[in-house]
Amino acid sequence: MSQAESLAVQRAGLTEHEYALICESLGRAPNPLELGMFGVLWSEHCSYKHSRSLLRRFPTEGPQVLQGPGENAGAVDIGDGLAAVMKIESHNHPSAVEPFQGAATGVGGILRDIFAMGARPIALMDALCFGAPDAPRTPYLTGGVVAGIAFYGNCVGVPTVGGSMFFDQHYNGNPLVNVLCLGIASSDHIVRAKAQGAHNRVLLVGSATGRDGIAGASFASVELSEANEEKRPAVQVGNPFLGKLVLEACLEALGQPGVIAVQDLGAAGLTGAATEVAAHGGSGIDIDIAKVSRRESGMSPYEVMLSESQERMLFVVEPAGEAQLLSLFQRWGLRADTIGEVTDDGLVRVRDGDDVVAELPAEFLSEGAPRYQGAAFLQPAGPPVADEPPFEAPSDLGDVLRRLIANPNLCSRRPVFEQYDHMVQINTVVPPGDGAAVLRVKGTSKGLVLGLGLNPRVCALDPWTGGAVAVAEACRNVVCGGGRPIALTDCLNFGDPERPEVWWALVGAIEGIRDACLALDVPIISGNVSLYNESEGEPILPTPIVGALGLIDNIERHAAALVEAGDMLWLVGPPEGWLAGSEYAAAIHGWSGLVSPRIDLDMERRVQACVRELIATGAVRRATDVADGGLAVTLAELALESNIGIRCDTDWMSAPRPDISLFGEAPSRIIIAAAVENSTHIEAAAHRWNTPLVQLGSAAGREISFGSLLSVPLESLQGPWLRALDELLKG
Amino acid sequence: MVKFGATSAEVQVNYGVIVFPGSNCERDAVHVLTQVMGQRADLVWHEMTDLSAFDCLVLPGGFAHGDYLRAGAIARFSPVMESVRRFAADGGLVLGICNGFQVLVEAGMLPGAMLQNASLRFVCRWVHLRVDSLATPFTAGLSESSVLRLPVAHHEGSYFLDPPTLAELEAHGQIVVRYCDERGVLAPEANPNGSTGSVAGVCNLSGNVFGLMPHPERCAEPLLGGTDGRLIFESVERWAAERGARIGAAPARNPLVPS
Repeated sequence: MSQAESLAVQRAGLTEHEYALICESLGRAPNPLELGMFGVLWSEHCSYKHSRSLLRRFPTEGPQVLQGPGENAGAVDIGDGLAAVMKIESHNHPSAVEPFQGAATGVGGILRDIFAMGARPIALMDALCFGAPDAPRTPYLTGGVVAGIAFYGNCVGVPTVGGSMFFDQHYNGNPLVNVLCLGIASSDHIVRAKAQGAHNRVLLVGSATGRDGIAGASFASVELSEANEEKRPAVQVGNPFLGKLVLEACLEALGQPGVIAVQDLGAAGLTGAATEVAAHGGSGIDIDIAKVSRRESGMSPYEVMLSESQERMLFVVEPAGEAQLLSLFQRWGLRADTIGEVTDDGLVRVRDGDDVVAELPAEFLSEGAPRYQGAAFLQPAGPPVADEPPFEAPSDLGDVLRRLIANPNLCSRRPVFEQYDHMVQINTVVPPGDGAAVLRVKGTSKGLVLGLGLNPRVCALDPWTGGAVAVAEACRNVVCGGGRPIALTDCLNFGDPERPEVWWALVGAIEGIRDACLALDVPIISGNVSLYNESEGEPILPTPIVGALGLIDNIERHAAALVEAGDMLWLVGPPEGWLAGSEYAAAIHGWSGLVSPRIDLDMERRVQACVRELIATGAVRRATDVADGGLAVTLAELALESNIGIRCDTDWMSAPRPDISLFGEAPSRIIIAAAVENSTHIEAAAHRWNTPLVQLGSAAGREISFGSLLSVPLESLQGPWLRALDELLKG
Repeated sequence: MVKFGATSAEVQVNYGVIVFPGSNCERDAVHVLTQVMGQRADLVWHEMTDLSAFDCLVLPGGFAHGDYLRAGAIARFSPVMESVRRFAADGGLVLGICNGFQVLVEAGMLPGAMLQNASLRFVCRWVHLRVDSLATPFTAGLSESSVLRLPVAHHEGSYFLDPPTLAELEAHGQIVVRYCDERGVLAPEANPNGSTGSVAGVCNLSGNVFGLMPHPERCAEPLLGGTDGRLIFESVERWAAERGARIGAAPARNPLVPS
């Protein structure tokens, strides 16, 4: 290979081995445009070449599943002739370089995935990870991402109903922006992206094509470096107004006769959309880029084919339906160009007027990327037997609670959630703030619950547990909202898979996710993998993020009411937690531990089943997952939200030191608040499900207290809890 | 709270909900007006000009024409707006909610101007409103100084009036609702956007055009956390009942109406 050739291959993001494979299969060398097309479609972002074999391990089937992984999004049947369509996707690298547009286009992209399935998007959620609160770029990145999400979601009229935010130094140069979208479709009108029928027309709809986001998929598949700033042209620019018009027009168009397939233009732009619809449909496609409306003159075929300009959709329609479709888009004020047609020769043929500028086999371009295994990595020699915290329990535990409640990982999310329109579409029954968002389904008595789960610190200690607890937490949040988990979507955010320890963590996390899915009997219906999340030579914490969807049969029966004076508070699940991996140990003592907490998946299943049953019978006023910060912080949050004190006993504590009981973390724990008269009912349910049950105390007064260990007035917590995030955003 | 004796069952109000490109609360308005209030409501595309079938027009929330330039600045040029102006001049009721209020202000159908929120941020939360005027059909059924709880969701909702205009509007009973605390007291912390005089909604001199930043359609069902929004629609129904609104007149269907 000549030096120039070698450089071109490298620029396209391909290896010499991949290039050789391409030349061998084509029987010739690809031209520069073709090389660029292989570069984006064989990028990790599009081809999943490192993860695809692992993802096959996920359980993806169930009687409710209408569409599993592989389409624009997954879909499940929720009865009443309706389907819920869901997917989570990352937009990490663009957000690291340009947080506002990176996050905004992340929202726009996932919305298109959902309405491309024929579903109206009804809710958005975000899982965000940023660097240490005091890192120089954290306020800028956090503020920019939040504003970008608000900019796009608010304008397009899809409520942002919740999300999570996690701050840790390992994300200093590489924040994570994962956006989840939920849509509703008629269950017999799920649209798929399969181009079929020779001579059917191919329409490009929406925004004109510009020079933004050229080869963004390849950019998303390499580590970030100091030279990030030069990558700004690889970041797309969002136009939510146009996105809204495209959304409404597409949903209307999908009801028209003759529409065969729809595909959004996301990663890899026109190259990706054209190739995927052809390959999925077992067809070929012939397009003329001279017919593509441009935002600027002088664009080369390479730029047109690799642009990731936003708000564009590809339609395949029978010739008889073409005119009607074009006039529909015209009414919405949208550009729609007929750029080609479906063929039966299995080739992606790109013309520029009369010249054929690229001609490649669709199947090979879409699916031909080699599959890689990461390097073998042996787990470091057997875990240490003891994992004693190298610090004493502090004497002033009330002071610890005051510091934790103002910690950016634990404080109120209100300053952020208030910037999102979380009510538009008038389905939001439980607003953001708690672990789960509850939405009604208009025209039925049902509700849908969305919950997220992630625990990167635990995942760093033990990948299998990190994967399993992400699934368990997402489902637990859904259960606390009153829902029965019916489907999951996952986003796997990891570093460079060629690093042995990253590969090991990826494999372990995937196995943990699979085992938890099997134990809790929930399938994964869609997902996304984001690798090469590194900066300054270090990978991020391994961060599998799971979104869970739950179904509530009777929307009146959710458990998100405020705690009332006199209510009893109970803990369902194991009473004691661990300090290793806890926010308390990390934030107060700078210690992350060596051995991860354990998760007993059967205990998890029983705890969730018990609480779900209690909520369904109306015995519980409020249920909440015991998450970061442990019991004390969870109870303090409950008290602050409900504006009533909580008095707890300490006689149930069995840990050797009080900070474990108060701030230790463990999976499978749910706090419930209920009227006193439901006590017998609650005890009977816990007994039947064989779950530990502790009566913690009751709601009264104006303090949060644990016997003589700790007593803190709510008034002293309120301000710091509410203001901490605002202070961080101000820098 | 309601003063009139008529019940809503006796009247059917024909609402027309205007849809600009970029509106995003039009379906919410139609859902509440039809499914909750039991009235008739049709979507009206912004290029339509015949509004004769309607008793009350609703300009819904959203980002009409992307709110480019300023909120509502382009929407005022939509073809439907000339008809909306004539409709109001003939005494028809016009309700502007959030972006709809911004459009009515830009169109000169209501006084004042909209600025960005004092926080320079979008704000979505519940607020309390004090009813300061019953001189419009939209509040005629309420009691003076009653306190309502409604949500706001906007970025450009700081309503500005110069002092003489504020005094003039106060004198004419055109200040309809103000942000207040839960006891009805005006306070800076209860004003979500820095509006002049805590003003949340105003009407024109004749009272038939009313615009407000909060969203009554978002709080008309107990499941969603409040029902005070219903009071405004009920007030319209009672006003219409008193005047014998056209009952059962079938509005022209248009291509945007979901079948």
